[in-house]
Amino acid sequence: MKTLTTTALALIAALGVAGPGLAEIRLGASLSATGPASFLGDPEAKTLEMMVEARNAAGGIDGEPVELVLYDDGGDPNKALTFATRLVEDDEVVAIIGGSTTGTTMSILSVAEDNEIPFVSLAGAVSIIDPVRPFVFKTPHTDRMACEKIFTDMAARGIEKIGMISGTDGFGASMQAQCKDVVGQFGIEIVADETYGPKDADMTPQLTKIRGTEGVQAVLNPGFGQGPAIVTRNYHQLGIDLPFYQSHGVASDAFIELAGADAAEGLRLPGTALLIAGQLAEDDPQRAVVQAYKAEFEAAYGMEVSTFGGYAHDAFALVIDAISRAGGTDPAAIRDALEATSGLVGTTGTYSFSADDHLGLDLSAFRLLEIRDGGWVPVD
Amino acid sequence: MDALMQFVFSGVTVGAVYALVALGFTIIYNASDVVNFAQGEFVMLGGMITVFAHLAGLPLPLAALGAILATAALGVALNRLAIEPARGAPVVSVIIITIGASILIRGAAQLIFDKQLHGLPAFSGDDPIRVMGATILPQSLWVIGGALAVFVGLWAFFTRTLTGKAVLATSNNRTAAQLVGINTGWVMTLAFGLSAAIGALAGVLVTPITLVSYDVGVGLALKGFAAAMLGGMGNPKGALAGGLLLGLFEALTAGYVSSQYKEAVAFVVILGVLFAMPQGLFGRAGTERV
Repeated sequence: MKTLTTTALALIAALGVAGPGLAEIRLGASLSATGPASFLGDPEAKTLEMMVEARNAAGGIDGEPVELVLYDDGGDPNKALTFATRLVEDDEVVAIIGGSTTGTTMSILSVAEDNEIPFVSLAGAVSIIDPVRPFVFKTPHTDRMACEKIFTDMAARGIEKIGMISGTDGFGASMQAQCKDVVGQFGIEIVADETYGPKDADMTPQLTKIRGTEGVQAVLNPGFGQGPAIVTRNYHQLGIDLPFYQSHGVASDAFIELAGADAAEGLRLPGTALLIAGQLAEDDPQRAVVQAYKAEFEAAYGMEVSTFGGYAHDAFALVIDAISRAGGTDPAAIRDALEATSGLVGTTGTYSFSADDHLGLDLSAFRLLEIRDGGWVPVD
Repeated sequence: MDALMQFVFSGVTVGAVYALVALGFTIIYNASDVVNFAQGEFVMLGGMITVFAHLAGLPLPLAALGAILATAALGVALNRLAIEPARGAPVVSVIIITIGASILIRGAAQLIFDKQLHGLPAFSGDDPIRVMGATILPQSLWVIGGALAVFVGLWAFFTRTLTGKAVLATSNNRTAAQLVGINTGWVMTLAFGLSAAIGALAGVLVTPITLVSYDVGVGLALKGFAAAMLGGMGNPKGALAGGLLLGLFEALTAGYVSSQYKEAVAFVVILGVLFAMPQGLFGRAGTERV
C-alpha cells in the first residue's frame, strides 16, 4: 500500500546520497482508499498521486522532487494511528495529508500534534479545528456550514417550519445534530424529525409521517450514500410538493442518476464549484482551478471528479504553497507558512488561514444549487 | 387510513425484499444444516453483474439471465472448492467457511467492479400506482411477485419432487441417504447452485429499489437471516411469512411509533417469538437421538 516515486529513489541511489532535506520533499498521507469510507479515500488517493506526478514533471518545488508516502488505513482509526506514527518516525515526512474520515483524522491528529508535524485533514467534523490546534488544519467545509447555507436559503423563501429525515450513519447523524443546533438562529423550527438506517430500502413511512405533520413547509434530508437517493424517489412517489433540500453529502452527478432526474427535479443542496465547473462565470475566481482539476482528473482516471477528491487537491495545493513560502522543509516553518496562507484558491473555496481559524473558508465556499432537467443550476 | 395503507405498502415492499433473501437460505440449510452467510453476496452479485452487463450493452433480460447463471456457477464453485474439502467438519466450521467466502467475494467484487453505487431501470416504469390514497411502485409488485414465485417453486420442489426429498434426506442423515442411493455430493452441488441462483434473482429484482454496491450483501443477509429465523429456518413458508412480517413491523413502527426504534422493535418482536417458539413460526421441531 506504499507508493514510492521510483524515479526519485533511483536518483538518490545514483547519486549515493540519502540525507533528508537534500534529495526530496517527503509528504505523508494516510487515506481510506479501501473499506467502508473508500468513496472518500479512493478519489483522494488518486488525486494526490496524480498531483504529485504532475508537480514533479513540472520540476517539483524549487527544483526538488516531491515524494509521496501513501498508506491505506481502510477507514480504521487504529491503523491510521500506526501509519501516522510510521510516517513521522520511519518515513520522516515534513507534512501529513489525510484522515479521510473524522475517526482516522482524530488518530493522526494526536501524532501530528505530539511530533509537531503540520497536518491537513480531509474530514468534515468541526471538532478537528475547534478548538484550534497549532499543527492541525482542514480543507472541507463543516456540516454546520452546510446547515447554515440551507437555512439561509429557506429563510429567504419565507419557510418557518420544516421536517427533517436523516440517515443514522455518521454523516447523517452528525449533520442532523449540527442543523438542530443552528436552526434557531434562522427563525426556523423543526416540527418533524425522522431517521432511517443507511441500508434501508423504503422511507415512505417516515415521509408520510412528515407530510402528515401540521405546518411543514419544507423537508431537509441530511445523509450519504444510497439513503438520500431512495428518499428522493420516495418523495416523488408520494407526490409531496414541498421544497426539498439535500445535503452536500450527495452533491454529485451520480446522485441525480441514482435518484432519477424526474424525482430529483427542483431539489436544492449546497455544493462546491466543482459541480458547476462548466457554468462558472469568466470572472469567477475558482473557474481556472476547478476546470483544470476536473479535466486532469477525468483524463487520468476516466471517472467523474468528486468533491472529496477536491479536498485532497486543496490540501496538496496548500501544503506545496506553504513549503515553497517556508523556503525549506522544517516542519515548524511549514506550519507557520500554512497559517499565513491568504487567498489561496482551491476547488472547495478560497482559503485564508489565521491563528484562530484553521479552516479558512466562509459560507461563500458553498454554492446553493438546484437540480433542473437532470443538471445543476446555481440559485444564488 | 391513507397513512396506514402507505405503511402497509412500504412494509410489504421491504418485507418482500427480506423474504427473497430469506428464501435463498432455505435450500442450503435443508441440504446441510449450514446457514450460508455468503447468501447476501449472491444477492449483491446478481445486482452487480446485471448492472455491468447492462452497461456493456446487453439488453436487461439477457443481462439478468447471465447474472443468475454466473452466480449459480460461483455457488457451485464455492461448494466444490471450499465446502466439499471440509466434509465431515462440524456445521459451525462450515458456517465459518461461508463467512470467509463472503469476505472474499466482497473484496473481489470491489476490485472487479467498483466501489460506486449503481441502480437499474425499473422493469415497468417509475409511475406510482395509486390505491386508496396510497402509492406503490410497479417494481415493488415485481419483487412481491418474485418472492411468491420462488416460494411456490421451492414448496413444490421440497414436497412434490424426488430430488427435493433427496435434499431433505441428505440433511437428515447423510450416510443413510447415501445408503439408499442418493448421490449426496450432487445434492450439495445442486443446493449451492440453486441457492446462488435464487440469491442472484433477488438481486436483479431488488436493485431498482434498493440500489447495489459491492457491500450491500451483509446488510441484506442479516435482515434475510432474521426473517428466516422468525419464520423458521429451512421452511419456505417461514421465509416468506418471516420476511413480510419483519418488513411490516419496521414500517408500522416507523409510521406510528418512531423511526428511531423501528429496528429495535422488530428485533424485540423476533426475540419474543423465539422465546415462545424456538423453532420459529413454521419451523419443524428438531428431534435429537441420544
